[in-house]
Amino acid sequence: MELEKLVWLIPLLPIFGFAVNLFFGRFLPRIAVNVIACGAVLGSMILSWVAFGYVRHHAHDPGFEGLISAGLPWISVPGTESAWGKVLAEHRLVIDQLTAVMILVVTNVGFLIHLYSTGYMADDKRHSRYFSYLNLFTGFMLILVMASNLLLMFVGWEGVGLCSYLLIGFWFEKNENAAAGMKAFVVNRIGDFGFTVGVLWLFFYLGSEFQVWTLDFREIGRTIAAHHDAILPSVMTGVGILLFVGATGKSAQLPLYTWLPDAMAGPTPVSALIHAATMVTAGVYMVARMNFVYAMSPTAMTVVAVVGGLTALFAGTIGVAQNDIKKVLAYSTVSQLGFMFMGVGVGAYAAGIFHLMTHAFFKGCLFLGSGSVIHGMGGEQDIRKMGGLKKYMPITFWTFLIASLAISGFPLLAGFWSKDEILWKAFDAHDLKIPGPVIWSMGIIAAGFTAFYMTRLVVLTFFGEPRYAKAEEHHDAHGGHGHGHGTPHESPWSMTVPLIVLAFLSVFGGFIGMGAWTGLSNVFEGWLAPVFGGHGAEPHKVPPMEYVMVAVSVIVGLGGILLGLKVYLWDKGRAAEAFAQKARPLYELVRDKYRVDELYNAVAIEPLLATNEMLGRVDNIVVDGAVNGAASVSAAVSNRTGYFDNEVVDGLVNGAATATQTAGRAARRLQTGHIRQYLTTALIGGLFVIAAFCLWLNRAAFQGFLGLN
Amino acid sequence: MTDYLFSRHPLENFLVISAALFVLGVYTIITRRNAVSILMGVELVLNAANVNFVAFSQYMPGAGIHGSMFSIFVILLAAAEAAVALAIVIGIYQNFGRVDVDQADLMKE
Repeated sequence: MELEKLVWLIPLLPIFGFAVNLFFGRFLPRIAVNVIACGAVLGSMILSWVAFGYVRHHAHDPGFEGLISAGLPWISVPGTESAWGKVLAEHRLVIDQLTAVMILVVTNVGFLIHLYSTGYMADDKRHSRYFSYLNLFTGFMLILVMASNLLLMFVGWEGVGLCSYLLIGFWFEKNENAAAGMKAFVVNRIGDFGFTVGVLWLFFYLGSEFQVWTLDFREIGRTIAAHHDAILPSVMTGVGILLFVGATGKSAQLPLYTWLPDAMAGPTPVSALIHAATMVTAGVYMVARMNFVYAMSPTAMTVVAVVGGLTALFAGTIGVAQNDIKKVLAYSTVSQLGFMFMGVGVGAYAAGIFHLMTHAFFKGCLFLGSGSVIHGMGGEQDIRKMGGLKKYMPITFWTFLIASLAISGFPLLAGFWSKDEILWKAFDAHDLKIPGPVIWSMGIIAAGFTAFYMTRLVVLTFFGEPRYAKAEEHHDAHGGHGHGHGTPHESPWSMTVPLIVLAFLSVFGGFIGMGAWTGLSNVFEGWLAPVFGGHGAEPHKVPPMEYVMVAVSVIVGLGGILLGLKVYLWDKGRAAEAFAQKARPLYELVRDKYRVDELYNAVAIEPLLATNEMLGRVDNIVVDGAVNGAASVSAAVSNRTGYFDNEVVDGLVNGAATATQTAGRAARRLQTGHIRQYLTTALIGGLFVIAAFCLWLNRAAFQGFLGLN
Repeated sequence: MTDYLFSRHPLENFLVISAALFVLGVYTIITRRNAVSILMGVELVLNAANVNFVAFSQYMPGAGIHGSMFSIFVILLAAAEAAVALAIVIGIYQNFGRVDVDQADLMKE
């Protein structure tokens, strides 16, 4: 089969795995379910590498737009353009350089998470359902990043939303888990509304102004490029901001980030999948994919960059005061996503996608590591009840440490390269409505906070004295693991191998995107340059300021780490406690996540419920009153007509019936049941007839006899 | 033999015999309560009709054998009727313990 048809297998293999495990998983042994689920993702992973090789081989062909799959028309209107008429949207996948990066991240990290899950979920009672959902999640994410047009992308977009709902609420026996699933879905829907409106606006604008009715990315890009001067920047601003509203929902940015920390209710590998490989990166990918829209509107870019910067800062501070290991990582994800949006917002799309990729490595590693810790601790998630775990879980400890250093921007690790690139591009941004250093300053502070709270997390979890002895009675938060909880233990190989691979990538994955200041070419940026239309790989003179910025971010990163060590390792957290005592309102505010959930509750949910109640009352009194009034009027009318019906109509009917009955009763007397009587009657009657007939025949004689003549 | 018979007697003789048989049959049907006797009466009525058919067939010019054929049909029919009727009589006997037709009047109610 040709490659253009094989491309379809990349998303369809996991979806096929989903279907098999959903319908037959219950009847299969667990090992078969594992093999099907992992095998499906492994298959897409291999095909992704093949597709990557193809793109790499043809990247410099003139007019190369990516590996374009076979397509089928989806929505078409009558026309002469093709046998199908004019096609507005089609089922078609395209793998260009950007998509190649995305599918490699999704399938590789996704496969590791599948592998990890075989260990983590080994004893779960809905094992096969879990794996079928995990496969579906991967499949929808692949559709999202491979779609050739906005509509097909939206299918994947909604699909990952659905899967997040299913998986976050996977342990739905507990009410909070089910509620967290619903929250993720509803908050995503709010963002999706903005996304839908943006897509439709763009579609109708390009169609009505330039007669290009299309949803295809490449065609939209070409149209915008061709009519560069005629396009209204204000429309592009509107479209860009509406699309970004969708991204804030999916990628957990201000103000729609609240679902992501709650999403920790799901199984830990699911958190890893949502945070590292799928779902939350969708918004960043979408903004990067729609770069031609944002390039037309500095306002929209400024909005993206500022929201990203604020989110990075905001979530970074919250991360400092969380005590749940997964909550810390959740806010860290929100913060890192802010970095990515900062990158794409200042036009550094390659840097944003680069950070997306490195983040997938170290955040995947961190989440899987935290899952390993939770697994080893028998369900405990509170870092205040951990400590000293490095002795018992060496592999988990080392991989977790490496990934923490990477996310903190420790020099030469993956996070350092990508974060640095974003920060420098932010500092250097000139096209925005606000100066670049403002955005940069938000980013650098957030980076400092990141280093600090990651150090705190590592220290509290793995160093110091064990504090879990007293925690033994609350270990069953996740229940069902069925281990003894006396001593923490290292996890099985299926869980540690993914950790090691991801830690390895966290160390070396950054070297493909080293900044220009190193004097080496930035391979990653050069690779993506055709998609983003930049000059990318061209060597350019490095301004001296860039070296300063690199130095600053190294100092901030190391400073955050050292401060964290000082406060939590060497001072045993006494200073932190003293600070929390002294500035109690501030501490509580941050610990309670700035009470944003409460704010939304008060501003949006309570008024909504109050309005509901009021409308309910209006409904009861006015609407129901009208309905009841109408009902009583018709009841009265019915009464009268009922009377008429009973007396007159029924009277006629009954009268007819009575008459028939009476007649029948009279006639019945004739029917004695005696055959001889009947026969006699018949005979006499027959004789009468014959006699009458004879008389009639001889009437002349008879008349003479009677003397009538 | 038949030529002899018919040449010796005019048609009226046969009709008188037929009428006599018919009246006897009807009388039997009306007066008897025993179902078997009634059946016998019916047979008499049918055979009165047979005599009529045969006689008219012989004496009417151009009638050919049509009348004789009809009488054969009637004999067949009488046999079938006797079979069905006797079956009904046996049914009555099983239900009522006797064959009095006056008693079999349950359908009245």
